[in-house]
Amino acid sequence: MRQKHDHDQDYALTVDNLKVEFDTYGGTVHAVRDVSFGLRRGKTLAIVGESGCGKSVTVQALMGLIPMPPGRITRGSAKLRSAASEATELIGLRERELNRIRGNRIGMIFQDPMTSLNPTMRIGDQIVETLRVHRGMSIREGFREAERLLDRVRISEARERARQYPFEFSGGMLQRVMIAVALACSPEVLIADEPTTALDVTIQAQILDLMQALQREEGMSIILITHDLGVVARMADDVAVMYAGQIVESGSAEAIFHRGGHPYTLGLRRATPSNDPENRQRLEPIEGSPPDLFHPPVGCGYFARCPHAMQVCEGRMPDPFELHHAADTADDVLHSARCWLQHDQAPRTEGVNQNGAGRGAS
Amino acid sequence: MSGASSGVKGPAVAGAAAGVVGDVLLETRHLKRYFRLDRKRQVHAVDDVCLTIRTNEILGLVGESGSGKSTFGKTLLGLHDKTAGEVLYRGEVLPGRYRSTDFQRFARTMQMIFQDPYSSLNPRMTAGEIIAEGLRLHSATKPQAIREEVSRWLIQVGLSPDHASRYPHEFSGGQRQRIGIARAMIVRPEFVVCDEPISALDVSVQAQVINLLSELKREFGLTLLFIAHDLSMVRYVSDRMAVMYLGALAEIGPSDDVFFRPMHPYTQMLVASNPEPDPVIERQRDAEPIHGEIPSPVNVGPGCRFAGRCPQVMDQCRHTTPELLPVRDLTSNVTRQVACHLYG
Repeated sequence: MRQKHDHDQDYALTVDNLKVEFDTYGGTVHAVRDVSFGLRRGKTLAIVGESGCGKSVTVQALMGLIPMPPGRITRGSAKLRSAASEATELIGLRERELNRIRGNRIGMIFQDPMTSLNPTMRIGDQIVETLRVHRGMSIREGFREAERLLDRVRISEARERARQYPFEFSGGMLQRVMIAVALACSPEVLIADEPTTALDVTIQAQILDLMQALQREEGMSIILITHDLGVVARMADDVAVMYAGQIVESGSAEAIFHRGGHPYTLGLRRATPSNDPENRQRLEPIEGSPPDLFHPPVGCGYFARCPHAMQVCEGRMPDPFELHHAADTADDVLHSARCWLQHDQAPRTEGVNQNGAGRGAS
Repeated sequence: MSGASSGVKGPAVAGAAAGVVGDVLLETRHLKRYFRLDRKRQVHAVDDVCLTIRTNEILGLVGESGSGKSTFGKTLLGLHDKTAGEVLYRGEVLPGRYRSTDFQRFARTMQMIFQDPYSSLNPRMTAGEIIAEGLRLHSATKPQAIREEVSRWLIQVGLSPDHASRYPHEFSGGQRQRIGIARAMIVRPEFVVCDEPISALDVSVQAQVINLLSELKREFGLTLLFIAHDLSMVRYVSDRMAVMYLGALAEIGPSDDVFFRPMHPYTQMLVASNPEPDPVIERQRDAEPIHGEIPSPVNVGPGCRFAGRCPQVMDQCRHTTPELLPVRDLTSNVTRQVACHLYG
């Protein structure tokens, strides 16, 4: 996300023109195609998109988790910015330097906590391991700290639980453990990749509440990757919508949900049931499927599925257009969409750019 | 918004147009399905469930993982033996344990669509063979006629006849789910259990599959049991909603009533946990903390199953199991059933 009055120190992390490719037997997959965004300090940025859109690859690139080969970061920069010191460039760091950042300054939690933990090690030992590596603690200190961390993520009887193995924990409890591990070094940035997708809705609510509470206490900045618009609405300050390896729209959560300016964003909303008692309109699916990223389209990636596609869309992807709304004045976040319909000379299209308003009026 | 069917009460989807909800099609009486772990321990997966499903109805069944909703669906179809209780179909008591002749008989009337379109299709069979199998086994249709039917059903579910010769791995998740639907529908069942049919799919594809199911329901007068954990989707799809917790029904009633005015404290917790895709509404939400997790279903004792997590728990909840009793919703004036001592 960018603010209207852009100052580098307002961001915990900025990404510019990131491109990631993978070489496979079938050819080169262009997984992330020129992605730029900023994570505002102390805020939550949700990256939304469907499977294969490049949202996980984007954050894996930041964390140095892309296996190279077959992966390749062909372009771009990602700067971790702290209030006190100079920005650190993450792309191209050597493994040793990365290890000082991963876990310390950037924590990460994944979708499936069961596969992220070692099934043969006690929970406590796994947390202690992190603390010894990153904070140089002794085993005794580590255990005391591990208990404190388990307590912080609201796991009761922390001392007993620390002696148990992962199989003795439920999925929700394991995700709390993962959060405890991620918090061990008080990271500036927490990256959560589909953290609640494998969990039940009541457990999801608990984990999301916990993340919000910890963010308030620690002042962390969070990147939340998800495909669930409900989770986005609950958690996000800012939203970036990804499609076919590109960010097609970004802005404040209110702007994205109520004044969306890209047909894909609007399409996602219409494909999701609303909980409005007065309104049970038929779901409108997005027909077709995303483009083949072996041969990404030269123009807009959404061209083939877009109900408003124009000739220009096939040939060229526009740069982001800034969208302005009267309602946005209080809002400091820039709202932009990569869609030709936002061009001054584009035909007025209901729901997309008419009066500059999106879906809000529904 | 285009296509808005405004504030029509009742089922919106295909439901409304799809003919009138009719007589009782299927009924369960004190249905139980336990799984024995060892001599002393049993998993009470489905415990004393009584409900009815009427013709032309979509009954949504929600609950967390481990609540027994899939086991319930499979037990209805005879895929699990019944530990106790009965399932009646059009008034006829179904066998407690199916033999192959029973499957022969009922497979044409009752079918199932599975959650995972990746593991529920045999990777060594072509789409055409998968779809044809039901007809091949359960009817005397000639091979040529079967091929024609397969082509017809491929078109009906939005694929093309050329797809018949392809293998499952050549399809996307949404396309595979369409194959699963065609496989179930080709024998022209009356009743279909849809077990989390969209959970594994992307948002835009979910809507495609839901709309396909609605069209099929309308066209063929189907009755559906729609099992899912996505509350908003179940409310959107179903006429009535049943909420299951730890093997037992907590509440059952018209979808909108249950969703907007939940009575059982567990349903209230589910609705409160369900995130609304609207940041403005989410910010106004009361931060009511949600406690606890679904407990183990092994050797469930007497008392309300939800007592351990219930914010309104009373003394009697801990030792007396609440019965599913009719309670009138004063807003809609419709009676639903709730298993909670608060309403006893």
